[in-house]
Amino acid sequence: MANITVSPTRMELTRLKGKLRTAQRGHKLLKDKRDELMKQFLDTVREVRSLRAEVEEELMTVHKSFTVASALMSSEALEQALLYPKQSVVLTQTTQNIMSVNVPVYDFQMQTRSESDIYPYGFAATSGELDTAVDALGHVFRKMLKLAEIEKSAQLMAEEIEKTRRRVNALEYVMIPNTQEAIRYITMKLDENDRATTTRLMKVKDMILKESLEEKRAETARAVEAFGKEQKPV
Amino acid sequence: MAVTYRIAVIGDWESVMGFRALGLDTYPVASVEEAREKVRQLARTDCAVIYLTETLAKEMEDVITRYKDELRPAIILIPGREGPLGIGRDSIQRAIERAVGADIL
Repeated sequence: MANITVSPTRMELTRLKGKLRTAQRGHKLLKDKRDELMKQFLDTVREVRSLRAEVEEELMTVHKSFTVASALMSSEALEQALLYPKQSVVLTQTTQNIMSVNVPVYDFQMQTRSESDIYPYGFAATSGELDTAVDALGHVFRKMLKLAEIEKSAQLMAEEIEKTRRRVNALEYVMIPNTQEAIRYITMKLDENDRATTTRLMKVKDMILKESLEEKRAETARAVEAFGKEQKPV
Repeated sequence: MAVTYRIAVIGDWESVMGFRALGLDTYPVASVEEAREKVRQLARTDCAVIYLTETLAKEMEDVITRYKDELRPAIILIPGREGPLGIGRDSIQRAIERAVGADIL
């Protein structure tokens, strides 16, 4: 049941009809938005899943290499070897708009003097396993950044879909039925008023007719009486 | 436009040391409390991506949820040395449940 606290006037009816039209249009648009977002979201999620599996697997191999390296070297030597990086990563973030959701797009530049010389340590004091590990990590890092990008996108899209879904439902199950109910109520009330006016007018007309009829009858009666009096002396 | 951000890696020392060689900012932490504080601190600075090991993430759900709906930073879970715990995979599952209202995949 809707709130029946609307005043049954024509102005209110016009206002509610406008409101209903807007709500219906909004509902349709939001529904389209939700469907499209959902499509994009599911695509992203699928991508995230496969990429995450890849990254996790590759990271495990990297960790394994590091474990071997740390077994072959003292932890101090290992720390020392990795202490001062030769390259640095500069990340730039731009945003892309997917159905009004701003999702991040990362772009990174490796700042290094040469591609082949990424190891921040001398080879003499370190184990070969460490080179393998650092090298593999460099490869997996690209995937990790991509993963960061799409996983964040998925999270942001999930939030937006949730919001849109709630709005669609609120419009569909609360706002639109309530407005329709109110419109129906006003229409009925106005019709009822119309009928009431018509019957009242008919009644009034009846009363006026009756009055004038009685008046006429009385007049006739008086006339007849007067006529009878005039006749008598004759 | 050309604002540059940093990438941080938080985890136990063995899990994060390799990233240092790549030139990322590594923050080896010993406890969950420390990690929690670090994430909060990094979120305030120019840090766009934070990689966090699952071992730590499992204890600091609250902080991760806090930054989930924000564009920056993106907190991405990576398996630590102990191997994948499936938390990263779960987070995607939860995103789906959140969007659809039910688990459909």
